[in-house]
Parts: sequence; C-alpha cells; structure tokens
Amino acid sequence: MIREFALIDVYYLLLAARWTLALTALAFVGGGLLGLVVALLRVSPFAPLRAIGAGYVNLVQGIPLLGWLFVFFFGLPIVAGVQVSAWIAATVAFSFYAAAFLGEIWRGCLQAIPRQQWEAGASLGLGFGEQLRHVIVPQAVRVAIPPTVGFLVQLIKNTSLGAVIGFVELTREGQLTNAATYRPFTVYIVVAVIYFAMCFPLTQLSRRLERRLRVAR
Amino acid sequence: MKYTFNFRDIWAQTDFILEGIGVTLLLSSATMVAGLAIGILGAAARVYGPGWLRGLVAGYVEVIRNTPLIVQLFLVFFGLPSAGIRLDALTASLIALAINLGAYAIEILRAGLEAIPRTQIEAGHCLGLSGPQVFRHVVLFPAIRTIYPALTSQFVLLMLATSVVSQISAPDLFHVASIIQSRTFRDFEIYAVVSVIYLALALAFKLGFALLHRLAFGRR
Repeated sequence: MIREFALIDVYYLLLAARWTLALTALAFVGGGLLGLVVALLRVSPFAPLRAIGAGYVNLVQGIPLLGWLFVFFFGLPIVAGVQVSAWIAATVAFSFYAAAFLGEIWRGCLQAIPRQQWEAGASLGLGFGEQLRHVIVPQAVRVAIPPTVGFLVQLIKNTSLGAVIGFVELTREGQLTNAATYRPFTVYIVVAVIYFAMCFPLTQLSRRLERRLRVAR
Repeated sequence: MKYTFNFRDIWAQTDFILEGIGVTLLLSSATMVAGLAIGILGAAARVYGPGWLRGLVAGYVEVIRNTPLIVQLFLVFFGLPSAGIRLDALTASLIALAINLGAYAIEILRAGLEAIPRTQIEAGHCLGLSGPQVFRHVVLFPAIRTIYPALTSQFVLLMLATSVVSQISAPDLFHVASIIQSRTFRDFEIYAVVSVIYLALALAFKLGFALLHRLAFGRR
C-alpha cells in the first residue's frame, strides 16, 4: 500500500533523529573513555604500550565501519552466547570506532604541549601521572576541544550506517518512509536536511573555537 | 563459547571474493581520480575565482561535509530517477563517491593553495611563465606536496567508505560478502575475512602512496 508523503512523515523523521543523537551520545561517552586510554597508551614512556595503542588505532582505522558493525553484530552473540540487540551491537561498534579516532586526536593534543612542560614537571619532582594530570592535560584540553567537536560531526554522520544492522535512526526511518510512500527524492532530501541541521552548527562551532584558540596563542 | 568456526565454505568462494576486490579497487581508483580533479578545480575556484563562484563552491563543500555519504548515495540512486535520470548501481556509486570525495579534496587542497605566498606567484609571472604554467609549477605542485599526507589519508578513508555502495547492490567486496553470507550462513566468518581483506587493501594503498610520494617529491 503506497500512501502520500505528508507532514506527519517529516515529524516521524524528526523523532527518529533523536535516536541518531542518542546513539551518537552513547558512542561518544564509550568512545571517549576508551579513547582516553588509547591516547595515554600512545604517549606512554613505555614502548610496548605505545605499540599496543598504535596497533589498535591502525586496526580500527584500516577496516570499514560497516565491517565493524557486522563483526560486532554477528560476533557478540558468539562471545556472549545470546542474541544481542541492534542497540547493543551499534553502541559497542561505534564506541570502539570512536575510541580510535578520539584517541588519535587527543594524542596529537597531548603531544602539542612542548616537551619542556613535561621536563618542568619532572624537575619539580612530579611523576609521569602527576605531570600529565597537573601540567599537560589542563593545557591540552583547550587544544582538544575544536577537533573533538569536529569529530562529533563525523560521528553523527556515521551513525547513519547503524541502519544496515536494523538500528532505527534517521536513515533507517527514511528507508521505511520511502518504502511506504515511494517518494525517494523528497524523503532523502528531508533526511539530508535534518542531518545538515544537526551537523552544520557543530561544524561552525568547531571552526569558531579553533579561531579563538589561534588568536589566544 | 560453544560456537565452532567454519571458514571452509568461505574459501570455496575465493574467485567470487576476488571479483569483489577488483570492483572495490576499480571504484576506489576511479573515485580518487575524479575526486582529485574536482578538488583541484574546486579549490582553484574557491581561492582565485570571482565572489559568486567562491560562494557556490563553499556551499557545495558545506552541504556534502555535513550530510552522511549513505544519504547522498540514496539520493543519487533512488532520488534521481524521479527526475528522469536512471543510473545503474555502479555508475550511481561512482558519481556519489566522487561528489563526496570532491568536497573533502577541495577543503584539503584549498589549505594547500592558501599556503602558497602571493609573492611566489608574482615571482613566477616575473620569470615570464604563463598563467597556466604558474598555476602548475608554482602553485599546484608545491601545494599538493604540502597537503599530500592529508589528501592520501582521505583517499584511504574513501577506499574503506566505498563499502557503503553495497547498500545499493553495487557488486563491490562488501556486497559480495553479503551474498556469501546468504549462501553459507557463516555470518561472522565472512565479515571477519572481508574486514581483514579491507585492512590489507588499506595497508597496500598507504604503501603505494608512500612510494608515489618518493617518486614524485623524493629527489628535491
């Protein structure tokens, strides 16, 4: 049964965008925590730890996100022994994915702090952890905010791939609406506009923060 | 964990997988060439063009960079037929991917072009080089050298992103995986194998780009 594309469909698409944002938020929290570990591994003074961090980043960034989604979707049940929902598979896959990129971004920010700052901390008798916590991180956070906001845009866009494992977010809702109304052009334009409305302000914010940071330096 | 892994059914499909790899490589390479061309023209227009053209290119870049690739792909493949333009899956994929990569390439190349000092361009003119010659030797080549790492890592990301075209049934490696999945019901195994293949392809591209860098910019 084909029905007309109506205003109510736009409303449903807007409602579905909530799940895009929810998945992004979950992946950002999960990816952020794991990403912090990755960044710390990457700047660790201990070479094997650095290698583990680098290996993780290369592994995640060398495989398409679709691959990760399917590996987790079909692999988690093997490990857990029970069927997992698209929610869990998507959250786990996107968290591991985000961790690699956030870890890499934050490593760059930690390394952007001049080496003398570490040395100054060391000469005050601070250990590695204390140097990091009291000297490096407070300075690195300011550098980290603009690219992190920029990555958030990538994450919002990439959650669209959650649709392929049946996670109902904006893109999947668009596919369902299209199946019911058969107005692909209208439907996907509306979907694109909603994504743009979510991403563009963040892109602008990221840019403005970066400009402000450059002026401050 | 009582699951028994079975890769035998997948090795039986090697020829089919190789076909998929071929399509992915072809699609990625064609997109890189097209994307680079769009990038060079777009960046030149964005930096040196008249005001209206700059605005137009900036708008294109913003729209593409703030919407997901899969939605762009759906618009080209499912949306365009309602405007009377019917494309097969592979052509639609190439067009959508090129439009997508083009936007990123413009942003990257623009940074490279803006890094060329104006005085250097004037010096080129003083030496009697023509406009196109200045653009090629004084502007473009050094600009590409500056942004080469950013551009090539974007290319590698693009190669991985081509997997999305499987969603409109273009016969790439990822689509081959979904067909093998439905033939063998070895869900996890096939996606694990295909993921490792992509990892190898990504490494191969990175190595290739490093070699190309040495060839093009090495002895200077």
